[in-house]
Amino acid sequence: MNILAFEPVDALLIVPALSGLILAFLSGYRLTSYINFISSGVTFFFACVLLFHRPASGNYLFVDDLNVVFVVLSTFIGFTTSAYSASYIGHEIETGKLNPAHVRFYHAMYQSMMFAMNLALLANNIGLMWVAVEFATLTTVLMVGIYRTPEALEAAWKYFILGSVGIAMALFGTILVYMAAEPVLGEGYNAMVWTSLMQHAAAFSPRLLNVAFVFLMLGYGTKVGLVPMHAWLPDAHAEGPTPISAVLSGLLLNVALYAVLRFKMLLAANATAIAPGPLMITLGLASLIFAGFMLYRRDDIKRLFAYSSIEHMGIITFAFGMGGPLANFAGLLHMTMHSLTKSAIFFAVGHIAQVKGTQKIANIRGLTESHPVLGWALVAGVMAIAGLPPFGVFMSEFLVVSSTFARQPLLAVPLAFGLLVAFGALLMRVVGLAFGEPSDSIGEVEASVVPLYFHLALVLLVGLWLEPHVAAWFQNVAGLLG
Amino acid sequence: MGTLAFDVAHLFAGGLVLVSFMLLYQDRMTGLINIFTLHAIVLSLSVAWQAYTQHAPHLYLTAAIAVLFKAAIIPLSLQRIMVRLRIHRDIEVVGGVGVTMLLGICLVALSLVVMLPATATADPLAREDLAFALSVVLLGLLMMVTRRNAISQVIGFMSLENGLILAATGAKGMPLVVEISVAFSVLIAFIVIGIFLFRIRERFDTVDIRELDRVRGGRR
Repeated sequence: MNILAFEPVDALLIVPALSGLILAFLSGYRLTSYINFISSGVTFFFACVLLFHRPASGNYLFVDDLNVVFVVLSTFIGFTTSAYSASYIGHEIETGKLNPAHVRFYHAMYQSMMFAMNLALLANNIGLMWVAVEFATLTTVLMVGIYRTPEALEAAWKYFILGSVGIAMALFGTILVYMAAEPVLGEGYNAMVWTSLMQHAAAFSPRLLNVAFVFLMLGYGTKVGLVPMHAWLPDAHAEGPTPISAVLSGLLLNVALYAVLRFKMLLAANATAIAPGPLMITLGLASLIFAGFMLYRRDDIKRLFAYSSIEHMGIITFAFGMGGPLANFAGLLHMTMHSLTKSAIFFAVGHIAQVKGTQKIANIRGLTESHPVLGWALVAGVMAIAGLPPFGVFMSEFLVVSSTFARQPLLAVPLAFGLLVAFGALLMRVVGLAFGEPSDSIGEVEASVVPLYFHLALVLLVGLWLEPHVAAWFQNVAGLLG
Repeated sequence: MGTLAFDVAHLFAGGLVLVSFMLLYQDRMTGLINIFTLHAIVLSLSVAWQAYTQHAPHLYLTAAIAVLFKAAIIPLSLQRIMVRLRIHRDIEVVGGVGVTMLLGICLVALSLVVMLPATATADPLAREDLAFALSVVLLGLLMMVTRRNAISQVIGFMSLENGLILAATGAKGMPLVVEISVAFSVLIAFIVIGIFLFRIRERFDTVDIRELDRVRGGRR
């Protein structure tokens, strides 16, 4: 029984690791993208198994109510993105932007990244989690630079340097947490294991925890893309292949946020340590307002939505910083909705850039007329991400704002202001992109619209009717977050 | 703990901070790489001493990795890259040496002010080690900020990582996983950077980061 019980967790790591290894040696775009798709699907299946089958926590891996949400969400988006990536990469090969060697490398890295993210989410050891986040950074850096253009290399270099510094700060914070735990839990592995850290957090030295949290917040916050450590994010989103933009926004930012949340819970469990909330609220609000204004000046369509990701990560960090069952619930829901919507938008944007041959906003017009399927999907996606009803993002943003009004009315003012600023920018942009006289297209693309519309349908469904089981499940997790 | 053990550990950790300062004002590539080698050697001595006083044999492995990779392989490959890229010339330093050194001193003071009260309950060796480690980390950051050349930024980053390893070994009984992974990831990171440097070299005639910015400026 014991062996059986551990299977789904191990499979979540073994499947992507193995297929990454296999894909590194296989060439042929059709076969490899098929394997990539199948393996992501299998990983998602095992993630769903975790919902019903909770293994006991070990020294290295564990599953609880919190990380299972993240695992299911990220494997799902990994799965749909692999489907989208097949058609996107196919077009890139046809147009000669990528050669077969690049594609082999790309698929191997894609699976390695899935492995690293699952490991980061499932790790029961703060050191192991750090290693996994570092590995995820490396794999994504390599994929961002895959086009080898000067811009792509610059983006990858910037991402690499800023990401590494962030990761280094996070490691320093991790060491400090160990130092705080060591007098209580004794030397060795036990002082790095989440489950034992959480049990004994009350006895840790609060001063060390305070310093540690500042480093962890800044370190992992860099990977979340919070202002002022966000500089890598727009470049990495704009210059890499679009499926990678989708997973960066949909997955990687969430994984880093998960790390922040775990440490926040650790601090919350110690009564004498500083409250982590205000720091998160400040960074969240700064990101929201800064990105909201930056949205107005973007001329690159992928950069535009990258700034929108910064904005939404700001909202989510803000919500978790507020804390309490309602705000946490709103934060979790918003994170899920943002991941689904933003990856859907990137799916559309990727194909749009392919048919138009440009990412310049000024050169893309009248999409609903020239490419109705993609154009209307983009309109729907932008409506959703801007927070218009009946989409799920509206509901989660409404919950964030109303819970803030109930508890800290003064904070709700800048929050609502930031939301409105971003709303205006997105609406203004989408009108130009979607309507009017169509601009020239350079060719057609075999678009894979199933993942795109599936994501949007899910977001719409949640906006109209949040399934009671899901709601109860999220409420339970929100309670855990404290 | 004997006072000798404490003094020697103190000497090495303090030495590492000193070498970090030396890195700050090197204005020639060769000098920079040589000082980085010294940085790595001091680090490995410090780690080996911790291994001896803490009776933690696995730390010798960390020390060996530090010597082998950071004091031998990495400097040698950097030399090769430098020759291949033909950048023996001076490196530009943003701001003067004096200002940089003053900033460095402020950062060391800052790390003492932050770390010493926070670790009031820990044992004295770990306390001072941690304060020194944070100084090395901050000095590494300062170096990355003040340099424009890709190779010197990489060296700044590696000196920052050395500071992290100093902190990790100073924390008593910290599990091996982390040390090896740190060393390992530095290795991977280095390969990545190496590839990057070569790729960048293919497109540009310099590894000056400002060149990269210019490309973007032209595109906007």
